[in-house]
Amino acid sequence: MPALHAFANPARFLKVARPLTPVLIWLGVALALIGCWAGLTLTPPDYLQGETVRILYIHVPAAWLGMGGWSGIAISSVAMLVWRHPLAAIAARAIAPAGATFAALCLLTGAIWGRPTWGTWWQWDGRLTSMLLLFFVYCAYIALARADADRGGDGRLPAVFGIAGSVLLPVIRYSVVWWNTLHQGPSIGLTSSTIDRSILWPLPILLAGATLFFAGVVLMRMRMLLARAKSEARMRRMARP
Amino acid sequence: MKPKHQRLTLALLGLGAVVAAALLAMSALKDQAAFFYAPSDVVKNGLPLNRDVRLGGMVAARSVKRAPDGVTVRFTVTDGQATTPVMFAGIVPDLFREGSGVVAEGRFRPDGSFVASNLLAKHDEKYMPPEMAGKMHETKTLKQ
Repeated sequence: MPALHAFANPARFLKVARPLTPVLIWLGVALALIGCWAGLTLTPPDYLQGETVRILYIHVPAAWLGMGGWSGIAISSVAMLVWRHPLAAIAARAIAPAGATFAALCLLTGAIWGRPTWGTWWQWDGRLTSMLLLFFVYCAYIALARADADRGGDGRLPAVFGIAGSVLLPVIRYSVVWWNTLHQGPSIGLTSSTIDRSILWPLPILLAGATLFFAGVVLMRMRMLLARAKSEARMRRMARP
Repeated sequence: MKPKHQRLTLALLGLGAVVAAALLAMSALKDQAAFFYAPSDVVKNGLPLNRDVRLGGMVAARSVKRAPDGVTVRFTVTDGQATTPVMFAGIVPDLFREGSGVVAEGRFRPDGSFVASNLLAKHDEKYMPPEMAGKMHETKTLKQ
């Protein structure tokens, strides 16, 4: 990945990241608001669930970013272990709390959706359980990465954990195919969808908005982590006799 | 081989091993991780008696009979190959209807019927506006 080598220098990265952060965040918020408005007012209700179906406009982007976040951690972990890219460990640590938040949001909106449609807040079926596991794995990663950084570790251990945790992604995706579950099968494939077009169309807007917002938050957190590392290094230099 | 390529090979091998391990574990879990039994599973593997299980499938068309007491409901669950009669006393979920998916929690009786203590509605992955539903709706909630 020669293109990314340019950003091995944090100063060069910050020069791009600083102006990019607010652009990503505000563009993401704007798209998400447009998508929510469209999803709440312009689309028809579902034939079976009625108005309840509208929670999918929050639930699906949350699930997408909950899983997308971990893909980001796994890719960063590979870049960290293989290419020793100096920003990769920072990126993985920056993604983790944002991904965990969206995974939690997915679980919460799923429970709120499950109560009126299935008649239950929570069941231990394959899809729900594997998503809950992903949330716990995020929490473990956050703790591990922080402990590693606090003790001056080289970030290799969290990177191995980040790669190992990616096992959950196909499990979550195919849980509804492999096992019989309470959760319905996949609605959205690569090329087709079983959601009618009139209900589906605001979803890409929301996915794009949430993803841009997510990217903006990750850049913000990367800048924060870089600034903290810089100030800690300065403190150590000043403390030296 | 440069150290970088060595590390790349190692990382890819590690990733492959982890994914293969997970796939093996998942296929071994196939039956244990099932959320519910289908009626044909019961025919195949015998009745799981004296323990709480879940029975899932489609509510057979024209099978729902409500008792005069107003709370007891009897219906048949089918998965296309076998059927099981179910009895339930209580409030059914909003999405409970004939031709739609259902998961019943409860116990089998020795005669092969099922007494449910709780009903969950299972819907399929299709979403469409009400005016389209009459034209193209055919439920296939239960995969075979």
